[in-house]
Amino acid sequence: MNEEMIRKQRKAFVRDYAIMAAALAIMLVTLLVYPDRVDGVTTASWNFFTEMMMILPAVMVIMGLFAVWVPREIIGKYLGKASGLKGILIAILLGTLPAGPLYIAFPVAAGLLKKGARISNIIVFLSAWACIKLPQEMVELQFLGPKFMALRLVLTIVFIAIMAIFIERVIEWSDKRGTKAREAK
Amino acid sequence: MSTTAIVINVFALACLILAFTKDRAKTKQSLKVGVKSFIRILPVVLIIIVFIGLLLGFVPPDEVSRIVGEQAGFGGILIIALMGAIMNIPALISFPLAASLIKSGASIAAAAAFITTLTMVGTVTLPLEIKELGRKMALLRNGISFIIAIVIALIMGVLL
Repeated sequence: MNEEMIRKQRKAFVRDYAIMAAALAIMLVTLLVYPDRVDGVTTASWNFFTEMMMILPAVMVIMGLFAVWVPREIIGKYLGKASGLKGILIAILLGTLPAGPLYIAFPVAAGLLKKGARISNIIVFLSAWACIKLPQEMVELQFLGPKFMALRLVLTIVFIAIMAIFIERVIEWSDKRGTKAREAK
Repeated sequence: MSTTAIVINVFALACLILAFTKDRAKTKQSLKVGVKSFIRILPVVLIIIVFIGLLLGFVPPDEVSRIVGEQAGFGGILIIALMGAIMNIPALISFPLAASLIKSGASIAAAAAFITTLTMVGTVTLPLEIKELGRKMALLRNGISFIIAIVIALIMGVLL
């Protein structure tokens, strides 16, 4: 990790804690002004807080384990080679690994594209990275229940695969048109 | 403690024990990474929890449901999908937020649309995505993801 990233992280960290302090202050003032709402607000907040704290440490442990045991280079190695349906499946599996927010995946994806990975694989990989991460699914299960989580997961995978193939066709088609136009000149 | 919470904790513990027997140093490093991410995400979790408390304590369910509930129909789903696309909060937090919205009157479809656009569409990170992957690919991915999110939400609204 370079220095600029560390500085940015530290800035974001201070900002988040400042916003948190502001939010707590707003809540306190609001409750002082409307004392009759204290029960409703604190009960709701407390319920969500305990529900979150019951799983958050476990989720963080799992994320930490993956971050150390499955280095990012491995992701690139496997995704670069794969193609076809197998490629899509591998892209989903690799994207599912908990390895940080989406913007971390952009440079990985760009590097793979340069090395000649298929566009559809990259789209699947990015989308899976964005929305079907293992720790995320755990929190979804906890708060929205197995039916909601399973149905959204299945639908998301299906539509991501369709979108990936569609985007690949569109980009290949427009690239081809671009070359033809250049040749015509 | 709910069954889900127990399963998640047992799973984490099993992974931890397995990792520990394989490589102590690596496992210690993993725990350090975990603690760091926990400290980093904690303020965001608390901000959302304050927001949820105020939402459930002050805004009457009729009000929420009028904007993003069943009777709000497609317009409600579109509004909340746009909100999800613009907001830039960690995905982990979107689930309690969506659950609280459902509790206070939002439809299942609206909650699904919110989560899906929040995770898949990144307005804030779009400039970075364009820089790394090119304008065509970034715009196509975000645009189509938004449409997909709405379709997924509509299907979930019908099925659940």
